[in-house]
Amino acid sequence: MSFLLGSGAGFSGDRTDAAVAVVAELIKRQQPAALVFETLGERTLAAAHRAMREDPESGFEPLLDELLAPVLRDCLDHGIKILGNFGAANPGGACQVIAALAAQLGRADVRIAQVHGDDIRQQLHSLDLQRWEAERLEMPSDDALISANVYLGAKALAEALAMQADVVVTGRVADPALFLAPLMHHFDWRWDDWDRLACGMMAGHLAECGAQVSGGYFADPGFKDVPGLATVGYPIIEVEQDGSLIITKPANTGGCVTEQTVKEQLLYEVHDPANYLTPDVVVDLTHAEVRQLAPNRVAVTGIRGKPAPERLKTTVCYEGGWQGEAEISYAGPNALARAQLAAQVLRERLVFRAPAELRTRLDIIGLASVFDSDSGELQRSAAPSTSGDYRLRLAAEHSERRWVARATQELLALYCAGPAGGGGVRRQFQRRVFTASYLVKRSDIHAHAALFEPSAQDTHRSERYAAS
Amino acid sequence: MQQAEHTSTAARPLTSVSLHQLAHARAGDKGERLNVALFAYDADHYATLLEQITEERVLALFSHRGASRVRRYPLPNLAGMNFVIDDVLQGGVNGALNLDGHGKTLSFLLLSLEVTL
Repeated sequence: MSFLLGSGAGFSGDRTDAAVAVVAELIKRQQPAALVFETLGERTLAAAHRAMREDPESGFEPLLDELLAPVLRDCLDHGIKILGNFGAANPGGACQVIAALAAQLGRADVRIAQVHGDDIRQQLHSLDLQRWEAERLEMPSDDALISANVYLGAKALAEALAMQADVVVTGRVADPALFLAPLMHHFDWRWDDWDRLACGMMAGHLAECGAQVSGGYFADPGFKDVPGLATVGYPIIEVEQDGSLIITKPANTGGCVTEQTVKEQLLYEVHDPANYLTPDVVVDLTHAEVRQLAPNRVAVTGIRGKPAPERLKTTVCYEGGWQGEAEISYAGPNALARAQLAAQVLRERLVFRAPAELRTRLDIIGLASVFDSDSGELQRSAAPSTSGDYRLRLAAEHSERRWVARATQELLALYCAGPAGGGGVRRQFQRRVFTASYLVKRSDIHAHAALFEPSAQDTHRSERYAAS
Repeated sequence: MQQAEHTSTAARPLTSVSLHQLAHARAGDKGERLNVALFAYDADHYATLLEQITEERVLALFSHRGASRVRRYPLPNLAGMNFVIDDVLQGGVNGALNLDGHGKTLSFLLLSLEVTL
């Protein structure tokens, strides 16, 4: 009998009702199953560390309660394991929220395990670090450092399941490891069975972005049409003892699972397909094949594995000064010429109103923006002045808040002092967090799992949470 | 036989079509590095894409963004290829001033190339 892996979320900010249809299908199938929430990106982790600085009781996935509340009771009642990196910078805090939620749902007996060992901020400067291949930045100084987290593999998570945890809470782990762990626990594969590990890792890779394998992030009307995106079904992967994979989705949901959707996700964020690095195995996709078996059922075969790498990726977050944005719209006759004039006025103003090291960029949304370079080459080569609906956007960064504030204020001032008919200004600025990646020796990292036991103080806090 | 096929192809007038009509693509980022996976809708077009969507052409397409190197990994089983483009994100997801710091929209910049059939 296959093991079922369901995806409940593919990023922080994903649909919070997606897991409901997945869990209903998992219950209907009456097979061993796990539900995974992947909610932690490089950006999200940096934001979580920053939030925790302001409020020590935050720092985990902000929508944790909203994600789990609709499905936690059903999963506990039907033995569906839940795994999530929703612990982010504060897995202990996430454990408390889950314990409180379970108690509220009448299941105070929930067993929650926390994975430890990804946070290496304290040891960072005593470790043997190698720069990650695509990295350009220098290691930040201690006072600029916000966080350092290593991408853990599946071992500590499988250990948590061996402790009979119902819910496994992690911080930074390789996203697909959240899916590999229940397979390792269920099938008892060996940790050097590279081909099977590779299959399990790729099951996770295919499912970790939620709907991106089942019709989300795919539709291109007239070329790639997707039915029912508003109710797109999040993926379920059927995994056999021998490592074979079938990607499918819950009945009566929107979206589609086709060879095309699976191929796009198979290579998503992959560099060399012969050497896709994960903490537990190096995956070789060069022999992979995808085959449609039936509507919304696609098999992936030919995945091979090689021994795990000696080093693990670590992402460091550090202070990056301030970044701001401001926008103003111009529409109707001669709108492009007015937007271009506004951009020119801003450029002239910023020369004497802000220091030279202020880094800025100007887009004209509607003419050229996301494809363009910071220096605006595509804008300059674009069509001559014409009517339409354009939005001038300024982005600025500086180590000091005041200069970013000043730059965005200069865009605001275009209301009265810029070209005719400008409107709809929005401006905002905030601290920015930089990230850089390094490689650490596997032997320097000590990950483990522990069952969560609320302290008296935590229980009090949980009660307060439940009451609120 | 091969000779005959070659003659008939040569006799047909060449047409230029958008890559978007022949292939689909998805972009992903890690740091300052972008990957764009490109797949032919029809496996019969795969050889044409291999011949025409070269590393050099892709590097030229992304040069205004500071791209320093492009590597192409062909995946014949999938009628696809993976492009890995270095230094194209002008700061990456946490450092770019671009609205799209991930470079997620850039799959459609690749699809704007023209292919001759």
